Amino acid sequence: MNLFIYFIRRLWGLVPTFIGITLISFFVMHLAPGEPMSIQADFNPKMTPEMRQRLRAQYGLDKPLYVQYLKWLKGLAVLDLGKSFAPDRRPVWDKIRERLPITLLINVLSLVLVIVVAVPLGVKAAVRHNSLFDQITTVLVFVAYAAPAFWVALLLMLYFGVDLGWLPISGIHSLMGYDQMPWWQKALDWAKHLILPVFVSAIGGLAGLSRYTRSSMLEVMRQDYITTARAKGVPEHEVVYRHALRNALLPLITILGLSLPGMIGGSVIFESIFAIPGVGQLMWTSVMARDYPVLMGNLVIVAVLTLVGNLLADIGYALADPRIRTGVQSDE
Amino acid sequence: MSRQVRHSLLRVFLANPLAISGITLVGTLCIIAVLAPWISPYDPQAIDTWHILEPPSAQHWLGTDTLGRDCLSRLIYGSRISLLVGFVAVGIATFIGAFLGGIAGYYGGKVDWVIMRLVDIMLCFPTIFLIMAVIAFLEPSIWNIMAVIGLTGWMGVARLVRAEFLSLRKRDFVLAARISGASDLRIAFSHILPNAIAPVLVSATLGVGGAILTESALSFLGIGVQPPTPSWGNMLTAGKDNLEIAWWLSVYPGLAILVTVLGYNLLGEGLRDALDPRSRERG
Amino acid sequence: MKSFKHILVLILTVFFAASGVADAADGGPDYGGAIVVGSIGDASNLIPMLSSDATSHNIAGLIYAGLVKYDKNLELVGDLAESWDIEQDGRLITFHLRHGVKWEDGHEFTSADVLFGFNTITSPDTPTAYAGDFLEVEKAEAPDPYTFRVLYKEPFAPALSSWGDIVVLPRHLLEGVKITESSLARKPVGLGPFRLREWKTQEKIVLEESPTYFAGRPYLDRYIMRIIPDPATMFLELKAGGLDWMGLSPMQYQRQTETPFFKKNFSRYKYLSFSYTYLGYNLRHPFFKDRRVRQAISYAVDKEEIIRGVLLGYGVVATGPYKPDAWYYNPDVRRYPYDPERARSMLAQAGWKDSDGDGWLDRDGQVFEFTVLTNQGNSLRDRTAQIIQYRLKQIGINMHIRALEWTAFINDFIDKRRFEAVILGWTLGQDPDLYDIWHSSKTAPKQLNFVGYKNPELDRLLVAGRRTFDRRERKRIYAKVQEILAEDQPYTFLYVPMSLPVIHKRFRGIKPAPAGISYNLERWWVPRNEQKYIMP
Repeated sequence: MNLFIYFIRRLWGLVPTFIGITLISFFVMHLAPGEPMSIQADFNPKMTPEMRQRLRAQYGLDKPLYVQYLKWLKGLAVLDLGKSFAPDRRPVWDKIRERLPITLLINVLSLVLVIVVAVPLGVKAAVRHNSLFDQITTVLVFVAYAAPAFWVALLLMLYFGVDLGWLPISGIHSLMGYDQMPWWQKALDWAKHLILPVFVSAIGGLAGLSRYTRSSMLEVMRQDYITTARAKGVPEHEVVYRHALRNALLPLITILGLSLPGMIGGSVIFESIFAIPGVGQLMWTSVMARDYPVLMGNLVIVAVLTLVGNLLADIGYALADPRIRTGVQSDE
Repeated sequence: MSRQVRHSLLRVFLANPLAISGITLVGTLCIIAVLAPWISPYDPQAIDTWHILEPPSAQHWLGTDTLGRDCLSRLIYGSRISLLVGFVAVGIATFIGAFLGGIAGYYGGKVDWVIMRLVDIMLCFPTIFLIMAVIAFLEPSIWNIMAVIGLTGWMGVARLVRAEFLSLRKRDFVLAARISGASDLRIAFSHILPNAIAPVLVSATLGVGGAILTESALSFLGIGVQPPTPSWGNMLTAGKDNLEIAWWLSVYPGLAILVTVLGYNLLGEGLRDALDPRSRERG
Repeated sequence: MKSFKHILVLILTVFFAASGVADAADGGPDYGGAIVVGSIGDASNLIPMLSSDATSHNIAGLIYAGLVKYDKNLELVGDLAESWDIEQDGRLITFHLRHGVKWEDGHEFTSADVLFGFNTITSPDTPTAYAGDFLEVEKAEAPDPYTFRVLYKEPFAPALSSWGDIVVLPRHLLEGVKITESSLARKPVGLGPFRLREWKTQEKIVLEESPTYFAGRPYLDRYIMRIIPDPATMFLELKAGGLDWMGLSPMQYQRQTETPFFKKNFSRYKYLSFSYTYLGYNLRHPFFKDRRVRQAISYAVDKEEIIRGVLLGYGVVATGPYKPDAWYYNPDVRRYPYDPERARSMLAQAGWKDSDGDGWLDRDGQVFEFTVLTNQGNSLRDRTAQIIQYRLKQIGINMHIRALEWTAFINDFIDKRRFEAVILGWTLGQDPDLYDIWHSSKTAPKQLNFVGYKNPELDRLLVAGRRTFDRRERKRIYAKVQEILAEDQPYTFLYVPMSLPVIHKRFRGIKPAPAGISYNLERWWVPRNEQKYIMP
């Protein structure tokens, strides 16, 4: 019951954030010179000023900005984000919907990869604080972070795709014969195509998480109860993995939620390199083509997804740590 | 800070080999950037179409690019641009973050609520999306790029400074300043802020690396620093199409970015360890 | 080959063709197999009259067919029209259409479809860039299902060639529907050799052989276009076997495909493309109004250097708006060899001097500084711009470069005349007509004379050139046109690049010709034992 109230309270707390997201998404686009309609109107060489006016009215662009915003917000509530300005004139939500799953899949997989690799690294580094292992992993994760993603992607493609021929270069599944594959072959086919993109999108995230785990562990290891446990003669192994780790990992849940937008942002780069038709590429093409409805839609959907991600992280945190939901909450 | 504390800070810092290598890398780089006009063997923009894509040789230590320009000279001049982007973008972010975070932490209440909601909101957007959108509408000039990277990167600093202010605003020295009649602004920024310098410095150091990476990502998308100005990002992007026939085109800028970002991160981590009183105890 | 004339070229995939090795016919052609082609951008709209990008036109060209088409020797031949009569000094054309041609949905193709297409393209509600030639028509009619007749207001030389595939639409599916809202934009119904099987946005477009194609089904089962936004990735994909056909960059052609692997698996082709690249000036701009300034810049830009450094020799200097092997090409026009001294003195005559010694020219306190716009993602143009920038800097002109995405470039800058100079290209039609690009009546917003060039003498010649069918007369007229343009330099004409396509060796029946290679795509085939992709 407590948890439920906590949940409602958190949800209520998100309302202003949500409104802020929609405001920013809406107004960023209206900062741009010219107005959203101009592209379309200009496309027609026979467009007279009267027709232009009529079209403005049709799109509601003659109304005050706040009226336009409210109208857009109303559409957003039912996922009606208007129609794309691209020549195909498709509904924005259709465009986003068909791109979202692949981007989410890759990001979730790479998040899992990051956790699986970074957490043990961070723990080890903390346990052997300042050892050679600590320093080597520190350098390695920073190297992984510091290498520009598109460069690494190309080098890997060249090596694994062309020189060794082990992995496909681009795309998300085989071009030919894919439809005839049994499900397990399909899964294998996907897996082969996703190895490089997932890897490339994950390596940049290793540094953050492993460093965070390391310092969080160090912090916990200094706590009294660890000292107490040690003093009581609990084996070191057990101290680390049973007592310390659990407490050190709790704040990581929040970190994961916060890392979501960064990862989706990275999609722009690797989706372009690996020719993956995801949200990142959609964002890129719509930015470059000044396809305002798609742009606004994309911004708002991604931001709201992040918001939901954060909410889930908070709930996960609350489930794991009873102090939170009973209100012994710090200011942060 | 007493001299003793300062001394021990230095000691902790110097005891950390990674921090040492970090500061060495960063320092060397700054020297190269400053000395660029004197140490570059050629004009970085001099085109020579008779000698395109020449591999490294005695005349051109790092080879020539697709327009026959000397890669070493471009790399050296590129260090200026990359560092400039890093410093200015982070400077803007730090300034905004410190200012908003300071206000939020000092006043608390409604002001705090509003600013923190703004932080939450900004943190929900993938920054690269916002940067892309803004740069594509404005001209991708180097100043716009730095401004936008800065404007989308202040949230971390704001949180740090706010947290610091929250814990400090009830301390004795603040109360003392208040009693002596100092204005809010003065208290906030000349009494409290200096105490928050340590975490801000760490985050700024790490931020420089991040900004350099962001510029290279923007260059990859074609909206980074524009020619003829060489930046490591646009050199790397130009090199990627010729990866197999002219490895030197992308390997050197790639390594330059890698080493620089690595340097800043090691330096930042070193600073963190040195400035964090708890890790000092153990160090 | 397309019959529409001028699209600003956005070189996505270079599809046009080459002179190269022809395969010896080994056995008879086999059916089956597929070809996979790479493109850096997706198609936008598969109703040809509504799209203006090369990718959409490439795909639509395989799905639709026109009344006429260009054959391998660039002669107009019948396609949907079996024959035609030209009467009344060329003003009246009567097309006799093929019988029994079916749209892919089984509906019969008749002259009503052509008339419908004509009415649509000339309707003010249709946002098309190709209405121009059709507005010359006084009357179009379809007296019976197999006859289509057009009467022109005046003799119109490019008339016949305009009746290509952009004007043939399935009336039974479009009548009463607003063309901009038709589902055919994404699910086209055509009557060409291929039909659309699948279009996954930003991923791939799959075409399959159309069983109803009137000229018999193509040998290949599938034509697949993969969208790979990054050119570096595309080349790696080609090497790894994921692509059969792509346009190579000069660098790839010269330095990356000379390997045994490539020689064994791929055929490369090379020929002058149907396009040229130019530096165009906004002639309304005070700097560029002065012809001496434009001529000076032409002297300051070393075209040979650009061809050497950017095209690696795979191209020739453009002296005017035509390619050198066209029958109407005039080689005896004013040329602008690299001569920076002459450029400087001409600029000085025009009042541009470095009076404050800062290295940049100035006049009346104004520095000679401008921005050249070009389209993004074309590394050849990008490097061309950088060379020009460097050379202009040496004579004291400060040129900035800004690369813009194609649609925004055209819609926000070109069409609104918000530019100082551009580096762009034009595709070349087979007819020398240049009315749309250079006539002074075509300078209004959205029209193609966007640089704002106005020359009464040229106007007169351009009109005369369209009104006569006599080749010798036309050659004389267009020779004069080229002289005027070379003298006036409304553009600095830069180069005609070569197309450098590479195609996997298993494809047979590729016969390079003046028209290139892709004109007979439906006759390409793969021997059964080499077929890589077997359809179920």
